[in-house]
Amino acid sequence: MPLFGSEKTKNSLDSLWIKCNNCNEIIYKKEVEKNLKVCPKCNYHFRLSAKEWIDILIDRDTFHELWSNIEAVDPLDFKDRSRYRDKLKETQKLTGISDAVVTGYGTINELFLNIGIFDFNFMGGSMGSVVGEKITRLIEKAAEEGSNLLIVTSSGGARMQEGIFSLIQMAKTNTAMSRLAGSSALYISLLTDPTTGGVAASFASIADIIIAEPKALIGFAGPRVISDTIGQKLPDGFQRAEFLLEHGMIDMVIDRKVIKKTIAQIIKLLGNTQKRL
Amino acid sequence: MIHQPLDFEKPICELEKKIEEFKQLSASEGIDLSDEISRLEKKVRKLQEETFSNLNAWKIVQISRHPERPYTYDYLYLMFDEFIEIHGDRRFKDDTAIVAGVGMLDGNRVVLIGEQKGRGSKERAARNFGMPGPEGYRKAMRAMDIAQKFNMPVVTLIDTPGAYPGIGAEERGQAEAISASILKLAGLRVPTIGCIIGEGNSGGALAIGLVDRMFILEYAVYSVISPEGCASILWKDQSKAPQAAEALKLTAADLKKAGIIDEVLKEPPGGAHNDFKSMAQTIKNALIGSIGALRSVSIDELVKDRYSKYRGIGQFRETGG
Ligand SMILES: [Zn+2]
Repeated sequence: MPLFGSEKTKNSLDSLWIKCNNCNEIIYKKEVEKNLKVCPKCNYHFRLSAKEWIDILIDRDTFHELWSNIEAVDPLDFKDRSRYRDKLKETQKLTGISDAVVTGYGTINELFLNIGIFDFNFMGGSMGSVVGEKITRLIEKAAEEGSNLLIVTSSGGARMQEGIFSLIQMAKTNTAMSRLAGSSALYISLLTDPTTGGVAASFASIADIIIAEPKALIGFAGPRVISDTIGQKLPDGFQRAEFLLEHGMIDMVIDRKVIKKTIAQIIKLLGNTQKRL
Repeated sequence: MIHQPLDFEKPICELEKKIEEFKQLSASEGIDLSDEISRLEKKVRKLQEETFSNLNAWKIVQISRHPERPYTYDYLYLMFDEFIEIHGDRRFKDDTAIVAGVGMLDGNRVVLIGEQKGRGSKERAARNFGMPGPEGYRKAMRAMDIAQKFNMPVVTLIDTPGAYPGIGAEERGQAEAISASILKLAGLRVPTIGCIIGEGNSGGALAIGLVDRMFILEYAVYSVISPEGCASILWKDQSKAPQAAEALKLTAADLKKAGIIDEVLKEPPGGAHNDFKSMAQTIKNALIGSIGALRSVSIDELVKDRYSKYRGIGQFRETGG
């Protein structure tokens, strides 16, 4: 399957105007796009597709995709109101990617970087067997080479339709992470809106350096589950990036317009600056 | 005898009550009812067999949550000769939804980590219904450190509706605590053995579930999400939980087939709650056997095997292109 066969996604901004998810202002689409899809009124960072992230982070024409030929099967023959296998096909067609994470390598300001990017458009960025396998391979590659690793997350958690297999992907990726921890590879986690559930509770939260985008929702449980459980309204700003920074859970909250520069700087200080493409 | 029967246990319970009445009657009045009693006992066994050989996933979920099912503490008392419990995460508090400590299991020093739901409304609330917060997982990690330092195998007993979804839990890093616990288990240089004794839901279960050998009791479940949670997200209707339970393939038999579980431990007739002692003995035997088997492998080999085991879990297709 081609990486970006179709530009059409569920979130594609196909009218002239869009509504900001955060401040609810109606904004001129072109203005948002020129601004790296950041709301000019409130600085809300709109979700990006994997392709858009590659354009922002990776030096032009240096991205090499890996393992795009790994595709989901339907191990449980899962059916809710529709069939999982049908939903997969439909989503692949809609997003132009084979599953919820795109993996590969390239350079960032000429520094070598292994990169995995979640695409929320693909079934909420959920982690099933394919995501687990690709992330695991990427971690193993970085550990073996002692090369830099960045994972950009945007995920509601596990892919329920794969049942227990999706849960165990947390164990699988963290097992690989235990190998990475014993290597010299630098691992940076970039948490974008939203990062919750099984992805938050595995590799995303145990990086050397954890960065979040402004106002990104980050946590284990989703806010609705929490407010239903405790029967209370949640405080303003709860589970947002700034809240996590205040509580000591992440290292920094970085605006999109300086994210590339920041990651390159971290690599220069901590990472492998020798490896070439 | 069961005091809070599930709906499908009620006919069995009624018969058992009648047998009890007859026994009392024959004792107090001196009447010989032995024929009648043995007839009823045969009947109850048959009914129990029929009921339990035909359980669908949703009924199994209900047994896994049975209020009278044995919990970590029950097994602990029945299995261990000695036990010292540790408390607290040394950071914030003692989370009693997780019990941890060191005990003597048939001559083996063992670190035990178990989720504990609590019995009776007061204890249930005190133990937060078996839903650990980050402090619980951090206490578990302290226990793992002790295991590592003193070279003892780790045994985990899994029984939780899930990690607690609360404000404080999020503030203090629930996601990080779960992830760190999984990571620590992945690299632990001692044998690790797990057993799902009731309900093993989501990250809250997996946090203490990355182990060299995994057992599950016959009527326990292990799932990425509770059937109710799954139904409300995918069916947009919580009342579809029975369908979700079926679709998630969360029963012991399904999990064994999927290769996630090493061995299913048979429960006593009518389920573990009918005979704590024999269930505890079955688990104890399985643990002792595994400790012996895992101890016979070099520690480097063991960690390597653990890596390959988890590395290999997942089903996908890799095409030529
Ligand atoms: Zn806005």
